[in-house]
Amino acid sequence: MKFQTLSSRAVRLPRTNIDTDQIIPARFLKVTGKKGIGRHLFADWRSGGDFVLNSAESATAQILIAGDNFGCGSSREHAVWALMDFGFRSVISTRFGDIFRQNALKNGLLPITLDSETHEKLLALPVEGLMTIDLTAQTLTCDGFPATRFHIDAFSKMCLVEDLDELGYILKHQEAIANYERARNNF
Amino acid sequence: MKTLYDKIWESHIVVPETDAPAIIYVDLHLVHEVTSPQAFEGLRSRGLRVRRPDCTFATTDHSTPTVSRSLTAVDADAAAQVRRLESNCEEFDVPLFSLDDPNQGIVHVIGPELGLTQPGRVIVCGDSHTSTHGAFGALAFGIGTTEVEQVLATQCLLARKSRNYRVSFDGALNPGVTAKDMILALIEKIGTAGGTGHVFEYVGSGIRGLDMEARMTVCNMSIEAGARAGLIAPDDVTIQYLSGRQFCPKGPKWDEFVVRWRALMSDDDASYDKTVAIDCAELEPRITFGTNPAMSIPISGRVPDPLQAADLATRVQLEDALRYMKLRPQQQLLGYPIDVIFIGSCTNSRIRDLREAAGVMRGRKVHPKVRTLVVAGSQQVKREAEAEGLDRVFREAGAEWREPGCSMCIAMNGDQLEPGQAAVSTSNRNFEGRQGRGGRTFLASPLTAAASAVMGHIADARFLARRS
Repeated sequence: MKFQTLSSRAVRLPRTNIDTDQIIPARFLKVTGKKGIGRHLFADWRSGGDFVLNSAESATAQILIAGDNFGCGSSREHAVWALMDFGFRSVISTRFGDIFRQNALKNGLLPITLDSETHEKLLALPVEGLMTIDLTAQTLTCDGFPATRFHIDAFSKMCLVEDLDELGYILKHQEAIANYERARNNF
Repeated sequence: MKTLYDKIWESHIVVPETDAPAIIYVDLHLVHEVTSPQAFEGLRSRGLRVRRPDCTFATTDHSTPTVSRSLTAVDADAAAQVRRLESNCEEFDVPLFSLDDPNQGIVHVIGPELGLTQPGRVIVCGDSHTSTHGAFGALAFGIGTTEVEQVLATQCLLARKSRNYRVSFDGALNPGVTAKDMILALIEKIGTAGGTGHVFEYVGSGIRGLDMEARMTVCNMSIEAGARAGLIAPDDVTIQYLSGRQFCPKGPKWDEFVVRWRALMSDDDASYDKTVAIDCAELEPRITFGTNPAMSIPISGRVPDPLQAADLATRVQLEDALRYMKLRPQQQLLGYPIDVIFIGSCTNSRIRDLREAAGVMRGRKVHPKVRTLVVAGSQQVKREAEAEGLDRVFREAGAEWREPGCSMCIAMNGDQLEPGQAAVSTSNRNFEGRQGRGGRTFLASPLTAAASAVMGHIADARFLARRS
């Protein structure tokens, strides 16, 4: 799925250090596929009733604004699959867990890292406003807020914009891999 | 000029980093049932094979029954996942230490004990606690399932170099203070994201004085401070541990490897992006009170007061944590009643951990209100413990002696807390619901867990020892 622009409401989840055990509890990892796990997204927090993802508006939102250090903890890619299956295409935070960030990029979920000042201002905007992410231009715009440029490295951007098949990319370097293996065996 | 991490990284570059990440080579790929089925499915749909089945090893641990070896002991989904690993390994010729194999166990326990984990290697696994293997001076880190598929197909990964973070532990530990307390102290000091984007290198006399199993406990929880990997340069202790292990080189080849391993260290003038120092002599046994591993205090201490937090975000986080944990500000944890004790996990399920716990429980009884699970990390550990009679110590004390697996650390196999139950656990994560929905986890060392089992409440093993 190519990622270019995206316009949507944004769900606010300002808690800090949201770990992947919260995003999808381990008891839902007993699957052998990727589909359909969005219904378990934040399962334990959603069962509390008034959780933000239970609102009708959240059901169509594609952007999640989360607190600092989102996706820390376990390496489970199920966290990304669940977010995407629920409908999210981008998560905005001030910092991400390293493994989560990699997993997100490999699945077409755009992790946007902002400085804490900008992040705080975004959180304070009215929830009903639309937010637009233009990945090609690397900008984030919304009503009542100046267009903000975000950073993403060129390779990750290309992977998302062109939906690059990373495995295909590595496989193109088979000769280099074989050469490396030969050199190592001659130690 | 170079750190140990720089050197291992450079020796594994297949294609150097440009605008695109580097392609780096993986020497050892460990596989388990939870994060691999979708990766094998990916290979199947592309008509690809596993490039290096000889560098790939699988075991079943997460969804695995520990009450017996029968899959009837877990639910149908967990059983199906274990079965799927078996069929995938058969189809793709990947060696598997299956449920009834004498070498089955938690992936991060069996890698080292089989001698698969060796200095200088790049080791990956679809599991964040892969950092454990860094104790041997291997660059070891957790990956997602898409990367598992990439490594299966190509034995390579796309990666960017991390920054270097020097963590020094100097001085001698006081009696009753262990590696678990050291790593909990580090995580508390720098926070759950303190090491994000970095690889730790643990140095100092406090690290050199630890045996391999204790070093593994330290490296295991690097990820809880945000670092994907944590390294310790190999030394005599490392080489002695590896000598004679099943998958280690033998004869003249061994001597050759030892020479190479001894050269694996950071240069004296290597520079680090960040450094932190901890004085081991100042450490006390630690225990967590909150809902992430950075929220720990000395065992004799008091739960912090959110009103005294440095900033609003920390205050809110503390309030959320205390609400979930049902604790009050300034409350003492010693004496807090406990329902379950869990001794196990890739952090603390090796033979020295079991010896420490058994040392406390020998001749004593587990408190009648407490359920205690002791789950050896592997079949090898279990056999060794039984040969020493540790299983009898645990059983006679009233604890359950289980088959190897991740068990109640991740609660995927039916070993779980009931809502509201409080547990002292030797595992690595106290996240909300980690050990079962609504369960409350206090992370601590095997000594603290065993003392708490006997007392029925959070207890200081040093005090218990003095009284007896």
